[in-house]
Parts: sequence; structure tokens; C-alpha cells
Amino acid sequence: MSSEAILLAVIAIGIGTFVLRVSFIELAGRMPLPPRLSRALRFLPAAVLSAIILPAVLKLPDGTLDFTPTNPKIIAALVATLIAWRTKSSIFTIFGGMALFWLLNWLA
Amino acid sequence: MSRTPAEEDTRQHWKDGIRVMLPLFPGVIPFGMIAGVVASDTGLDMLAGIGQSVIVYAGMSQIAATQLIGEAAPFFVIVMTGLIINLRLAMYSAALAEHVSALPLAKRWLVAYLMTDQSYALSALRYAARPEMTLAEKYAFYTGGAVLMWSVWLAATAAGYLLGNRIPPSWSLDFIVPLSFLALIVPAIRDRANATAALVGGSIAVLGWNLPFNLGLFLAALAGVLAGYTVETRALRKEEQK
Repeated sequence: MSSEAILLAVIAIGIGTFVLRVSFIELAGRMPLPPRLSRALRFLPAAVLSAIILPAVLKLPDGTLDFTPTNPKIIAALVATLIAWRTKSSIFTIFGGMALFWLLNWLA
Repeated sequence: MSRTPAEEDTRQHWKDGIRVMLPLFPGVIPFGMIAGVVASDTGLDMLAGIGQSVIVYAGMSQIAATQLIGEAAPFFVIVMTGLIINLRLAMYSAALAEHVSALPLAKRWLVAYLMTDQSYALSALRYAARPEMTLAEKYAFYTGGAVLMWSVWLAATAAGYLLGNRIPPSWSLDFIVPLSFLALIVPAIRDRANATAALVGGSIAVLGWNLPFNLGLFLAALAGVLAGYTVETRALRKEEQK
């Protein structure tokens, strides 16, 4: 591809992505969102973050998923979940989970 | 220069927005560097390679589009893939709409432009926890974190493009991304409906892992939202019958 075509593709994705981002913000200013929709969207953070987290925890460097219970990422993520639940602290969760992950890799 | 109490308050929310964003950067920086490395390895010139972090500003879609460019995929396929990966942003837009649609145009568009998984999730959770926040406070909280996020992302992609990835892969810093999202969402799951949304969303994402265009993530978000909504509706109906 020529560098002009590449730049054009990047710009097209950029414009399209901005339209997706601005879509409902602009629509809602003209007509209110249906109450059912805004009630349903309150579950979006739980649904989407969990959908990002789980495959990332199971993912191996080659792109396949690893479900073995001894996968250090699974163990570290479970402990991090416990830390997050008990302490509600981002710092403890992230650094606790990462420290355990490094330790498990070092032991293996 | 003295500030009015309202301005002082808004400033505090702006600082809060920065404070809660900071722990996410150890995961964002390696990801941004990878986006830069992939762009330079694929042979994108500097304008497209680093510029996409300004023009598109969406990590997963930048990396996927760059890989397709490297494979000499058709123009249409590159653009559609880049956009389908970003479909979830329209859901974020719908969720943020009630909080920001009363802002003036320039501010609304800035909110939209700066929208990421992180800026959306942090704000949605904060707005839900503090319904008393004013429009100005919500905007301050959002932009505090989101502007910093934008700068860090741009710096990380530029560093990756110009210097290559200097972070050893054995550090596995990419694992910080799921950990930081865990830190956000676990404390926010306080009822059965949200737990169901998380369970369904996570499961569908795993099942749909191999779907093209990263569609699994969008479908998972949609299914999780529907599941949470259904559980809540049922619970409300039971309440009414009592």
C-alpha cells in the first residue's frame, strides 16, 4: 500500500471511530434515551470489563487460551480479585497480582 | 488569584480524575509502545504510524489495522475491521450521554474524542457512586484523567515507534491491563444483576475469542448487559408481587 493510501485508511478509521464515540451523546441531546436503555447500560461496566479481563487472563503469547488451573495468570488473577474485593484498592490489587505472577513464574 | 468555592470543588474533581487514572498507566504504557513498534515494523511512515494515536486513538483497533496493512489486506477490510473493534465505543457513548449531553458542543466533542475503555469505566463507576455530582464536576473528573491518558498514550506510541520496545517481554507488563480492570470492577459488583452481567460478559468473550474483527468483545458486552438487565427486571417484578 502507498503511504497515501495508508494515511487515508487511518483517517477513515479515525472519522468512523469519532462518529461511534459521539453518536449517542449527540442523539441524547435531541431526544432522551429510552429509560429501559439507560437502565440496561448500568450493567455495561461489569459486562465489558469482564469481557476484556477473562480472555486476557487466559491468553498465551501464541494467541491461544490456556485453561489449566496452574496457569500463573489464573492464580494471580484470582488472588487479585480477592484483594480487590477485600481492600477496594487499585494499587494493592495491581501490584499484589503482578508480584504473585512474577513469583509464580520465577518458581516455575 | 483567589478561587470561588465552586471552582475549588471542580478542581478537586479534576485532581480525583487524574488520581484514579494513575494506577492504570503501567498497563497502558507497554500497550502503547507495542502499537508504536508494530507500526514501525510494518513500515508505516511517522505521520501514519504515530499520527494514528491522535487520529484514531483506540489501541486495539490501531494494532489490528496496522497488522492488516502489513498483510496487504484490501482497503475496505482494513477500515471495517478498525471500526468493528470500536463498536463498543457507541455503547459507552450511550451510557455517558445522560451525564454530558448538556455540555456545550466543544466540550461534548472533547469528551467523545477522549473516550477509551479506561476513561469510560472510571467515570461511569464514579457517576454511579456519586449521583450528587454536578455537570461541571463530572466534566472535570472525566477530562482530568482522560487528557492525561491521551498524552501518555501518544508518548508511549511515539517512544515505541522511534525507540522500539525497550521493555523486556519477560516482565509481562501486559498482564497489568486485566489486573487494573479487575481493580476497577470487582468493588463495583454489589448485586446479583451486576455479577450476572460480569459472568455472562466474561464467558461470551472467552467463547467468542476466535471470532473475526474482535466481534466477540462487542457481543459479550451486549449479552452481559442484557443478562444483567433481565436479572434486575425479574427481581423488581418479584418485589412488586410481594
